[in-house]
Amino acid sequence: MTTHPAPPGAGAPSRLDPEPLTRRDFLGLSALWAAGATMLFAALGIMRLPKAAVLPSPSKRFKVTLPASLGPGETFVPPGRAVALSREGGEVRAVSMVCTHLGCIVKPDEKGFHCPCHGSRFRADGSVEKGPAPKALPWLAVSAGDGDTLIVDEGKIVPASRRT
Amino acid sequence: MSDAAPRPAGARFLANLRAAPRRLAQTAFRSGSPRTDRTRSTFVFGNVFLHLHPVRVHRWSLRWATTWGLGLASVSAFLITLLTGVLLMFYYKPYPEAAYLSIKDIHFVVPTGRFIRNLHRWAGNVMVVAVLLHMARVFYTGAYRKPREFNWVVGMLLLVTTLGLAFTGYLLPWDQLAFWAITIGANIAQSPRELTDALGVTGWFDPGGFQKLILLGADDVGAEALIRFFLLHVMILPIVMVMLVGVHFWRVRKDGGLTRPADADARLGPAAGIHPAFTEAPRKTYQLAAIVRGRTPQVGRGPEGTLPSMPHLFYAELAALMVTVFLCLALALASDAPLKELANPAVPENPAKAPWYFLGLQELISYSAFMGGIGIPVIVLLGLALIPYLDREEQGTGAWFGGPGGGRLVLGAAAFGFASVLALEAFAIRWGWIREWWPDAPQILITFVNPGTVLSLIYALYSLWLVRRYDSTRAGALGLFTCFLCGFVVLTVIGFHFRGPNWDFFWSPSHWPAH
Repeated sequence: MTTHPAPPGAGAPSRLDPEPLTRRDFLGLSALWAAGATMLFAALGIMRLPKAAVLPSPSKRFKVTLPASLGPGETFVPPGRAVALSREGGEVRAVSMVCTHLGCIVKPDEKGFHCPCHGSRFRADGSVEKGPAPKALPWLAVSAGDGDTLIVDEGKIVPASRRT
Repeated sequence: MSDAAPRPAGARFLANLRAAPRRLAQTAFRSGSPRTDRTRSTFVFGNVFLHLHPVRVHRWSLRWATTWGLGLASVSAFLITLLTGVLLMFYYKPYPEAAYLSIKDIHFVVPTGRFIRNLHRWAGNVMVVAVLLHMARVFYTGAYRKPREFNWVVGMLLLVTTLGLAFTGYLLPWDQLAFWAITIGANIAQSPRELTDALGVTGWFDPGGFQKLILLGADDVGAEALIRFFLLHVMILPIVMVMLVGVHFWRVRKDGGLTRPADADARLGPAAGIHPAFTEAPRKTYQLAAIVRGRTPQVGRGPEGTLPSMPHLFYAELAALMVTVFLCLALALASDAPLKELANPAVPENPAKAPWYFLGLQELISYSAFMGGIGIPVIVLLGLALIPYLDREEQGTGAWFGGPGGGRLVLGAAAFGFASVLALEAFAIRWGWIREWWPDAPQILITFVNPGTVLSLIYALYSLWLVRRYDSTRAGALGLFTCFLCGFVVLTVIGFHFRGPNWDFFWSPSHWPAH
């Protein structure tokens, strides 16, 4: 530590005054902070990697044709998809079959759906009848395709306000 | 040229060549052959692999009843999983389908493959048991107290890492059990949504969804999830584990070895047949590790009541290793590691059970995913980590249950712990919980009022009552730890044995409906 001469006009420096920062200390501290900031940004950059920009999931939209024999109150599950389709009046309803508790695939039964993993029960419209599921099975968006074909979008949930 | 002339270069070369093996040994082991206590001490002190040991060890530390060798059993089981895990990696392929087929190859085709896989699986299970028992031992002998507080916290991290290793290994076979256990696990990571949904903030603040995305690398369990779990299982978590184990051991040494009661020497009686290394004051001081006893070097004083680590401590360690190896071998020969059908994302396994050490949590999850899977485990771990900072007493350190009277307190707490968890579970199984009585109950109510949180609250209140009654934080800690141990055991047994398809209650798996 080098001592600086007191500025002209000021009294003799007291030992209680903070020591002035020497140039060497300043450069050392700057280097330390620069190194720290570099490490921090490097770490942030590394942490950016595990979250993919594009998810490798297959398309969530699929085409389906309801079997003509599907009567009212019956559900149709397209092979390989966790969606229950049923005719309600003149409309088609698509209820997701992924349990809202912990993601098991629920099974349709005469009263609605039940989950094999932790015993949740849902009514036919997806609302919760028995725990532990925290919320109702969502309804999925259905739109008309060519002819009898329907297009179901598993990624698009129909908000409760727009249900018909 | 005189008689003293050096020998010809050729002869010197030959002599050096002849001496090379001896010199190689001398330079590799500089302290010479360890034949006396003093050279053994130097040997331990100067060897990179042995120097984590103390040079001399107190007789109290060598009693079986001090530790039951549980810490050593944990690390022995870890070494077995390391060795067998590396062997399994010769054949394992971390891609869906290929993973399942490679496990089948290991089981049916690879020479000794089935046995090595069994050994890996059983050593992992033995490690979990040993770690839990080790934690109980450290707790009940008060070994977390000053100056060992932080090592108890490192122990908590080791427990979490052990469970993490066990859980990540569960997905790798890519069978039905693995697939659905990981689906459930990943959705537990997502379960903070239970809370954020109730608050209506999931749209812009979604830690649950982020956790699941980072864990799976996709929306669902698939190839990305498998490679991530593989990476965690064989690379990230083992490195974390080795580093934490190193810190744990290092601090055991720096904190003065194992905890012993203040009157350990008196209770052990005179050291018959022990020849102290120093019959008089040591000639050298700081150079000799043998003078280090306790936490500071004591100059000019012989290390009474201690024995040389070589061979006494090494024999004890070897015995713990051998018992662990024997146990794992016997289990691996008696029982095969399971392999169910190939993972099928359309049909859940019923019942989809996690490995046994998570079944207590799974029982709580069947009421509230967030509280059972994240809330209560975090509260329990934080509570455990806080114990050494709340219990600042010194009486009874090193004695089981803190000395006389402690045993009765622990028995009482065990009775209370068992009674409350059994009563609460019986109630919930017989009459259901809030959703059954009131189907439209707000989820936030169930998140905060469910058997798991009620039980934790009962235990916490009981422990506070103990603190007041005995006027001692230690009494409260003893009660709380015992209660949670009882709760863990009962919930695990219920999840393991009494839960069947649809997570319904059955008195025996033989009553499960055929499907």
